[in-house]
Amino acid sequence: MGMIIQGVTGDWEVVIGLEVHAQVSSNAKLFSGSATEYGAEQNTQVSFVDAAMPGMLPVINTAAVEQAVKTGLGLKAKINNFSVFDRKNYFYADLPQGYQISQFLQPIVGEGILTIDLKDGVTREIGITRLHLEQDAGKSIHDQHPSMTLVDLNRSGVALMEIVSEPDMRSPEEAAAYVKKLRSILRYLGTCDGNMDEGSMRADVNVSVRRPGDDLGTRCEMKNLNSVRFIQQAIVYEANRQVDILEEGGKIDQETRLYDSVKGETRSMRSKEEAHDYRYFPDPDLLPLQFDDAFVAKIKADLPELPDEKKDRFMNTLGISAYDAGVLVAEKEVADFFEDVAKGRDAKLSVNWVTGEFFGNLKRTGKTIATSPVSADALGEVIDLIKDGTISNRIAKEVFEEMFDTGKSASNIVEEKGLKQVSDTGAIEAAIDDVIAANPDKLAEYRGGKDKLLGFFMGQVMKNTGGKANPGVVNKLLKPKLDG
Amino acid sequence: MTDLTKLTIAEARDGLKASKFSARELTAAHITAMDSARGLNAFITETPEKAVEAATKSDEKLANGEAGLMEGIPIAIKDLFCTKGTLTTAASHILDGFTPEYESTVSANLWTEGAVMLGKANLDEFAMGSSNETSYYGNVVNPWRRKKDDQPLVPGGSSGGSASAVSSNIAMGATGTDTGGSIRQPAAFTGIVGMKPTYGRCSRWGTVAFASSLDQAGPMTRTVRDTAIMLEAMAGFDAKDSTSVDMEVPNFEAALTGDIRGLKVGIPKEYRLDGMSEEIAALWEQGIEWLKSAGAEIVEISLPHTKYALPAYYIIAPAEASSNLARYDGVRYGLRVEGDSLDDMYSRTRAAGFGHEVQRRILIGTYALSAGYYDAYYLKAQKVRARIAEDFKEAYKTVDTILTPTAPSAAFAFGEKGDDPLEMYLNDVFTVPASLAGLPGISLPTGLSADGLPLGLQILGRPFDEETVIRTAGVLEEAANFTAKPDAWWRG
Repeated sequence: MGMIIQGVTGDWEVVIGLEVHAQVSSNAKLFSGSATEYGAEQNTQVSFVDAAMPGMLPVINTAAVEQAVKTGLGLKAKINNFSVFDRKNYFYADLPQGYQISQFLQPIVGEGILTIDLKDGVTREIGITRLHLEQDAGKSIHDQHPSMTLVDLNRSGVALMEIVSEPDMRSPEEAAAYVKKLRSILRYLGTCDGNMDEGSMRADVNVSVRRPGDDLGTRCEMKNLNSVRFIQQAIVYEANRQVDILEEGGKIDQETRLYDSVKGETRSMRSKEEAHDYRYFPDPDLLPLQFDDAFVAKIKADLPELPDEKKDRFMNTLGISAYDAGVLVAEKEVADFFEDVAKGRDAKLSVNWVTGEFFGNLKRTGKTIATSPVSADALGEVIDLIKDGTISNRIAKEVFEEMFDTGKSASNIVEEKGLKQVSDTGAIEAAIDDVIAANPDKLAEYRGGKDKLLGFFMGQVMKNTGGKANPGVVNKLLKPKLDG
Repeated sequence: MTDLTKLTIAEARDGLKASKFSARELTAAHITAMDSARGLNAFITETPEKAVEAATKSDEKLANGEAGLMEGIPIAIKDLFCTKGTLTTAASHILDGFTPEYESTVSANLWTEGAVMLGKANLDEFAMGSSNETSYYGNVVNPWRRKKDDQPLVPGGSSGGSASAVSSNIAMGATGTDTGGSIRQPAAFTGIVGMKPTYGRCSRWGTVAFASSLDQAGPMTRTVRDTAIMLEAMAGFDAKDSTSVDMEVPNFEAALTGDIRGLKVGIPKEYRLDGMSEEIAALWEQGIEWLKSAGAEIVEISLPHTKYALPAYYIIAPAEASSNLARYDGVRYGLRVEGDSLDDMYSRTRAAGFGHEVQRRILIGTYALSAGYYDAYYLKAQKVRARIAEDFKEAYKTVDTILTPTAPSAAFAFGEKGDDPLEMYLNDVFTVPASLAGLPGISLPTGLSADGLPLGLQILGRPFDEETVIRTAGVLEEAANFTAKPDAWWRG
């Protein structure tokens, strides 16, 4: 559902488009051999090219080109075998060349599609306008010195993919779903780690409002948002700000705005009049980027299964519900974990255990899949023990919790604690007889018509057997004895 | 012993191999010549100690039979090439104190082949100029003077220091760079040979950029043979320059067969400009006759878009320069003039650091790339450039090389071209078209003006066919037998 703001003068529809900057997962920068590792000491990953020393020249990193093509294929987009690098000229202290090498008129990837997942299994298709490769700038640090700005060039020249959407989103939730889905696809592809808190992925958000059905309104762009939450907050604030202006008879100025996450508001950075004239022109240091169909075909052949396809497979061949499948595929490592658990096992039981006990225990212990003390195989063993009747579902939950706390295997815990389920009818009959003998009054009430007491007897038998009695067997034997 | 500075590179090479003299002696003679020629202002930085050190190594290599193509040959390096550990200025105040931590590919290639660096040659600031009057380090003086007066003359530009050093026998050869004629025009003005190879033949890595799509390094020497030797040492594919071309470097010296029988030489009618001086017209005519006598077939050709070359060049080159020079911002190296804000620091630094000609070209280029003007200027100029390249391609279907004058006049006196930059830009009228098309071209001296100044002819060739250009030039050189030398007035 789109977000509608009800104004005094009527309804307003919110229109959103996103430009996501995703850092290409690559060992080297876009045009130099420098390392790209996150968190390295300042200015230690800077080549002469990155620092724009006189006479230095860019040389394209083929690995980054492959990653861009791979991403384009993942977005079901048109791959352009001929593209051009342009210079985007502007002065800033952390932009050593005085220009950013980007792609303007002829990007490497053209139109594509991204399917976003909304509540209740609803999906929507969002248009991708283009994807192009460009260099990142360095980082200006303003708070380390009273009068100077410090510059860290480690990021300077790092390869980015700018992925531009059509103005197809209509609510903060859709924008959030778009970013999450894009991040998921990038991670599946391995073309960007998607770590927004490390700056590997950030978004420029374009927001406008209009009367439903009208032409697009004037938009404002909010730069460099680095969390899904901020993106949603910024959209809500900005859309309401625009509605307030329009309702008072004002007009929206096309401008670039900054979202202040502390104050939760946007404010003007520069107006259209102050906008830079970037003087784009083809970079004469680089030849046009060209590759043949075989290059694309090879990348396509190695493409991994992506979340949408995986979800379909989970639903169609494993019989998992749309909701569960959606939850499982959203993060690649969850899907991988699940597939390891479900391999050769009951899919439904595997889903319940992964999304139920496993997630629950991760949350309880503050762990992630990567740091989980219980591996997919270990969880699989639990399921196997349930399946072959060694332990009951209830015991299994206790065992599982202990596995999380001690790192021991399920069979070890069952063995050590003697938790093996009792299915032996003789033992169970004896236990039932004991309980009945100990509760003559309850038995009388039961026989007097108080059927509900069946549960009481059931509970007592389980308690007396330390929970190890096979509940199915108990159930089968208990009723005839009570009924006499 | 003969004056070692009068030898050609080929003669010196043979003399060194025959142990007639040592590389140290050869270098010492040139250091002495350099000392006595400061009045020419050909160098921004002299590196005599490094030269002696290199010459000593060359003597060892010669003794071990490991001599490179340029072993022990003392040369000047245009101060546009970055040299590790030696101040590199591009003749600009803005690169104050800049000492690179790296060596340009072209100079590195020369050192590998044994060349000895005497110093960094003066030039027009950022190679922008045709008279070497825009250097922050002062004008370079042409060793030649008119018969009638002692007025100092310009050496041409932008490789003016290189030209002056080679012409005055301070250096046996020098590197130049040619963007619109910066090797060929000063070669013509100083009576030496200068060659701009095909774009992509020499790496641009480590050379301070003026206009990336046009800049090309080349040799400046006193003979065609020396140019062939030095070009072979400089050229070669470089993976660090995306526009460098992966081709085998031929033995250029071997191209000097002296035989051009049956070769078709084109004479472009559009180069017969209105008001071309009688002298230049006669020089050209003489060149045609010489080639004809040597057995070449002279063919009149048409390069119809020639007249648009100069305006297109003066859009494209400044446009690229305006972007290339953005990195000189006072932040990381070179000059910084502090200001009240970042923008203020930029303004002050660049106002103080760039001379007027450089500022003019940055402004022209910025304008040409601006929103709303891009299509009318830059894009149009690129279309013109494509047409010019097509003109040549068409011509080379019928001819093998093209003969033209190098410059419209002999060297002129300082300040003689007045304050009108357009008049100065006309110096490049014959050299710019080949630059736009990326073609190889050589200039060699073939005669003297009435005032006794050298005049040059230019031979152009097909892309990567430097060999035919060199072969033609060799024949023309022999026919012209240009032996005139400037009086060594600078020795005082």
